[in-house]
Amino acid sequence: MFRLTTWKIVSIFGIIFLGFLFALPNALPDSVLSKLPDFLPKNRIVLGLDLQGGSHLLWEVDKQALKKTLLTQLRGDIRQGLWVERKIRHTISIRKDGSLLVTITDPARVEEAAKVLKDLARPVQVGLFGTGGSAPEIEVRQDGNRFILRFTEAGLEARIRRAVEQAIEVIRRRLDELGMTEATIQQQGPDRIIVQAPGMKDPARLKKAIGQTARLTFQLLCEAQPTGRPGERVPPGCIELPDAQNPNQKYWVQTSRRATVEGTDLVDAQPAFDSRTGEPIVTFRFNQKGALKFGRLTKANVGKPFAIILDGKVVSAPVIQTPILGGTGQISGRFTVEETKLLAIVLRSGALPAKLTIVEERTVGPSLGSDSIRAGVTASVIGLVAVLVFMIFTYGLFGIFADIALLANLILLIGVLTAFQATLTLPGIAGIVLTLGMAVDSNVLVFERVREELRAGRSVLNALETGFSRAFGTILDANITTLIAAVVLFGLGSGPVRGFAVTLGVGIVTTVFTAYTLTRLIVAIWVHYARPRELPL
Amino acid sequence: MLKPIKLIPDNLNIGFMRWSKVAIIASTIAILVSIAGAFVLGLNFGIDFKGGTLIEIRTKGPADIAALRKTIGKLGLGSYELQEFGDPRDILIRFETQPGGEEAQQKAIRKVKEALGPEVEYRRVEIVGPKVSGELTKDGIIAVLTALVGVMIYIWFRFEWQFALGAVASLTHDVLLTIGLFAFTRLEFNLSIIAAILTIVGYSLNDTVVVYDRIRENMRRYKKKKLPELIDLSINQMLSRTILTSLSTLVALLALYFFGGEVIRGFTFTMIWGVLVGTYSSIFIAAPILIWLGARLPTEEEAAAAKEKAASRP
Repeated sequence: MFRLTTWKIVSIFGIIFLGFLFALPNALPDSVLSKLPDFLPKNRIVLGLDLQGGSHLLWEVDKQALKKTLLTQLRGDIRQGLWVERKIRHTISIRKDGSLLVTITDPARVEEAAKVLKDLARPVQVGLFGTGGSAPEIEVRQDGNRFILRFTEAGLEARIRRAVEQAIEVIRRRLDELGMTEATIQQQGPDRIIVQAPGMKDPARLKKAIGQTARLTFQLLCEAQPTGRPGERVPPGCIELPDAQNPNQKYWVQTSRRATVEGTDLVDAQPAFDSRTGEPIVTFRFNQKGALKFGRLTKANVGKPFAIILDGKVVSAPVIQTPILGGTGQISGRFTVEETKLLAIVLRSGALPAKLTIVEERTVGPSLGSDSIRAGVTASVIGLVAVLVFMIFTYGLFGIFADIALLANLILLIGVLTAFQATLTLPGIAGIVLTLGMAVDSNVLVFERVREELRAGRSVLNALETGFSRAFGTILDANITTLIAAVVLFGLGSGPVRGFAVTLGVGIVTTVFTAYTLTRLIVAIWVHYARPRELPL
Repeated sequence: MLKPIKLIPDNLNIGFMRWSKVAIIASTIAILVSIAGAFVLGLNFGIDFKGGTLIEIRTKGPADIAALRKTIGKLGLGSYELQEFGDPRDILIRFETQPGGEEAQQKAIRKVKEALGPEVEYRRVEIVGPKVSGELTKDGIIAVLTALVGVMIYIWFRFEWQFALGAVASLTHDVLLTIGLFAFTRLEFNLSIIAAILTIVGYSLNDTVVVYDRIRENMRRYKKKKLPELIDLSINQMLSRTILTSLSTLVALLALYFFGGEVIRGFTFTMIWGVLVGTYSSIFIAAPILIWLGARLPTEEEAAAAKEKAASRP
């Protein structure tokens, strides 16, 4: 058991050397690092946002708003299908429980209407690759000439899933446009998105760039406009929208598809200045389809006002002077230069499929981050030195053996964290220091056991052998139980806490390797060369 | 050659189990007081569990906390709190979730920034919505319970059921006393404290398992010995290890406590407490419970029967 075999020595030191290679870039300055040959690893450990400063934002799809949008769309589709295409008379109302009540007032055509409505309830794929079969997205119930349509759970989930996927794409484009390519975007759970942007000093701009839905439409105003007299009612086919600057001012805007051009057909948007007034504006360009539609709309309505609507608010409501056929236009609305820059970016990258709200935000300034790094490093060095000294005091020469193992442990731990590009957080540093403190436990278990075996009258070699082998079971049990806690912690963890779980977990594995396997090898080498008659324990 | 210093003399024979009754009574009282404290005083929950906003600022010179309190108080942010944070220049401002959704939280922060002026550096801003804080609370409780159950299963698997119950009892003891500590010290209870509690669970268990391991070994070796005697022997044999490991862990934790910065001080404080309580509980709680539950290893006939049963399974 205590015999030295070459392959054993080579593999143990080989592993530690590998760890050293991976850990090394963390200790080298940039100038040296760039000169290293290519076959050497060059990655450094990834610092968490709490150490390098930055923003962690957790967004959630606003399900209520999405539901409302879906219902409005569904109502539009029903109107299109029943009235615009087939002239079937009907009324539609949105009920409190989130369903639509459609009443066909043309008794002769109820059957025809039923067919149209059932066609709308097309199935969606359930499960990965559609393995779960398909389920209807919309449920239709008929009661005489009345139909109740509602989104099924599966239908809503599918829409939310699609919305999240699209939102991630849009956010990525926006962050790229802002030059924040280091930011990470991840889905969390069914309806949430985590955005982590390192090094942000002011998260306000980031929040604006992500949180703006940027749904742009051009819609004709209605003939009648609100006058502010009490008892006024919005005319049919119109909705009331507030002014972007002055929420008390309202507009009545036509909702029909024919009176609307969607901003989804935009291909470009740029911040600019109005050549006459010098006011900051955003200029935009449509693709061919959009240009055609916009041209038709403006040509048919010269002299009439239309509204430029951004996220449900009227940005401006100019009168159409001449038909706009070239597919370009501009948006003005008392913007600041900063606002036009941002607006151009969000318009270019497309609208979010649903409104997103921040449910959790954590921003750490760069100064706190660097203070934390400094404090963490100081604590680690002091903790390490203290443990090293403590071990020499209690075990003498064997303490030095344990210390060599401890240093190897630290190098290996940093090497593994770097190689896997795990994120190091401040609690993660605490985890490293704690690992250093607890790592010697394995050594202590072995050394105490060897002492006992010596007292029991065994020979030096025999005591060492039995000490190591008998302590192993205990070491394994003790570490596996801590590992269980670390795994649970990882599962629970978000951000910094997860960083702690990672270092604790990796630390347990490297500890068993160094404090047991490596120490045993060192002791074996020492026994081989020193041939001790008694042990300094 | 380097001569080691022996902190614990060889062949100690302290009668731990003689004191176990006293210890268990004292621990029971401490647990009851902790639970009462947690219910009567409540915990000083941080925004992780309560929701709300936290802002850490650094002022140019030493901060005038009374003046700052007055400034923030005028903003009408509901219940709020200011506290010095490790350095006379650093102040932590916390206030509750503002009614009116996300916009209202952002507006409150803008209000604070306007009120404090441009001279102040913002080191940290954290907003936790009520939904997320509710989930974090749930996740935290689930995590601690999962860890306890996971550990119980592992020990049951490796030892006997009495050991599993004893370990979980001593861990529950540690967790409850830690919660009691937070009820009485009014220290902020946040997500990192849950991490610390889970680490305490891991550490205390480590200690317990090491003692149990030795008890089991001695059970096999000294079949005739009475359990209390056997446990005393095992604890004495492991005492040197228990103390040395606790000391080296404490050494590392103290370095973190004094030099690791204010952000993780609550975390390290909890860990230090946990090492002390965990070491105590593995000797005075986990071990005596074995006597009460009448722990023993299966006799040879039982072991043989179990083996046969396992073999006859398809």
